[in-house]
Amino acid sequence: MKEWQSWPRFRYEAELDLRFPEEVASMPGGRALFACIQCGTCSGTCPLAMYMDYSPRKIIAMTRAGFKDEVLHSFTIWLCASCYACAVECPRKIKITDFMAELKQRAIQEGVDPKRFPVSVLAREFFKAVRKRGRSTESRLVLRLYAKTNPLKILDQALLGLKLLRTGRFSLHAESVKNRQQIDQILRAVDAAKATAFVDKLARDVRREVAHT
Amino acid sequence: MKYLYYPGCSLKGTNRAYEESVLASFRALDIEIEELEDWNCCGATAYMAVDEMKSFALAARNLALAERQAPDHPTLMAPCSGCYLVLSKTQHYLEEYSEVSRTIDGALQAARLSYARQVHVRHPLDILIHEIGVQQISSKVRQPLRGLKVACYYGCQIVRPYAAFDDQVNPKTMDHLMRTLGAETVDWPLKTRCCGGSLMGTLPEVGVPLSYILLKEALKRGADVVATACPLCQFNLECYQDKMSRQFKERLEIPVVYFTQLLGLALGVPERQLGMHRLLVPFTLPAARGGARVHA
Ligand code: SF4
Ligand code: SF4
Ligand code: SF4
Ligand code: SF4
Repeated sequence: MKEWQSWPRFRYEAELDLRFPEEVASMPGGRALFACIQCGTCSGTCPLAMYMDYSPRKIIAMTRAGFKDEVLHSFTIWLCASCYACAVECPRKIKITDFMAELKQRAIQEGVDPKRFPVSVLAREFFKAVRKRGRSTESRLVLRLYAKTNPLKILDQALLGLKLLRTGRFSLHAESVKNRQQIDQILRAVDAAKATAFVDKLARDVRREVAHT
Repeated sequence: MKYLYYPGCSLKGTNRAYEESVLASFRALDIEIEELEDWNCCGATAYMAVDEMKSFALAARNLALAERQAPDHPTLMAPCSGCYLVLSKTQHYLEEYSEVSRTIDGALQAARLSYARQVHVRHPLDILIHEIGVQQISSKVRQPLRGLKVACYYGCQIVRPYAAFDDQVNPKTMDHLMRTLGAETVDWPLKTRCCGGSLMGTLPEVGVPLSYILLKEALKRGADVVATACPLCQFNLECYQDKMSRQFKERLEIPVVYFTQLLGLALGVPERQLGMHRLLVPFTLPAARGGARVHA
């Protein structure tokens, strides 16, 4: 591939999704998105920046400008290790790490997270395990992760597995809370609250549209 | 004063040596701790990626349980960086954002729980240095760690961004503790640089170099051992040394222990109770080595 072919495609303003920045900014503390001065401190601090397709500074700029597709399809959001190095240095106190997490959530909701990419697979498997048992068991998660992404990797890690077994660090016993019902009630209630909030927002939007016409 | 202890999933699994050494060394210091009953996974960063509000809700259940179990002075000690971060972050968001506060209170209510915002979440390092104090600790040292050079690795999440007990860029509590135990601490700038976290498991191409840089620097600075305060950091830095050696074509070997294991050793706790036998890269104190350094 020639270098220019990997450059991002030019975008006309009409192609951008201008609702996207507003949606992202609706997260707690999200208005800070508009306070970014594009100084690049975040990218300079990020230990993973060199592996990212867009640096953290670019992700902020692109989110704000409405490059929804590019942002949600980026590897950057999955490479962020949540180390908060950027967030504590940002001169505008922008919670960049939390934006990355928010973008991950949106990518999953929109179904555009990379399906066989181990980072998002792990996130989803972890979520399922905790939803079911209230606790997670690392060894089981790792096995599922390999099974779903690259089964051959299990062989690669077999020696490590053996060593862990020998030192009593590998157990497949599934941990669980006693009061699973309580976990279920709590998580359901969050879903219900979200549904209500969604309907409220819809109603507000409709009202606004009606007022305009 | 009794502390409630929140183990988190990791300390019950692959990284149980952390739990063993926290419990044994705190016992040796006569600090009373009690496990939080029926705790659930805090939600961690991975859960946060899928649904942040649920991660707050899960963490809030633990906070509510803590209040119930110790109504007078609920202090919840969380040794895992991930748990510590999520529990602290949840408290922060409950304070700062009314919509989070409302949703979470509603969710707890649906499970007949409530949280009155009374819990104090603390890392064991914070408790040791700021509650127990180095004087008390040094009076109980039986086997000073003389001649041992320690690289203290804090990782990212116990000092950033919510913790107030130490400096975010150049934390010192663990160094202070190690010197109290008689060890020397090496001066290195990577104390809080990320080890790669869960990327080690998911994208080793990226995770391995991140951890490698840390160990390489620790060795360059003359460290005999790296002390960690997080189960994932310990796992990454210790268990992938073979992989690092292969990838970077050089033999790389350095013990990576929990700071509580070194604390326990100095307090004279038997090695087995500290989970020393669970290390993949064995570690012995300089005294026990009879002066002859075994070094790769
Ligand atoms: S450090 Fe903060 S202000 Fe600077 S570019 Fe990054 S997000 Fe924007
Ligand atoms: S939190 Fe994410 S984006 Fe920020 S410095 Fe760490 S890895 Fe980079
Ligand atoms: S953050 Fe990790 S160790 Fe802590 S409870 Fe969650 S899964 Fe377990
Ligand atoms: S250093 Fe690594 S394992 Fe430790 S808290 Fe940071 S990302 Fe997590």
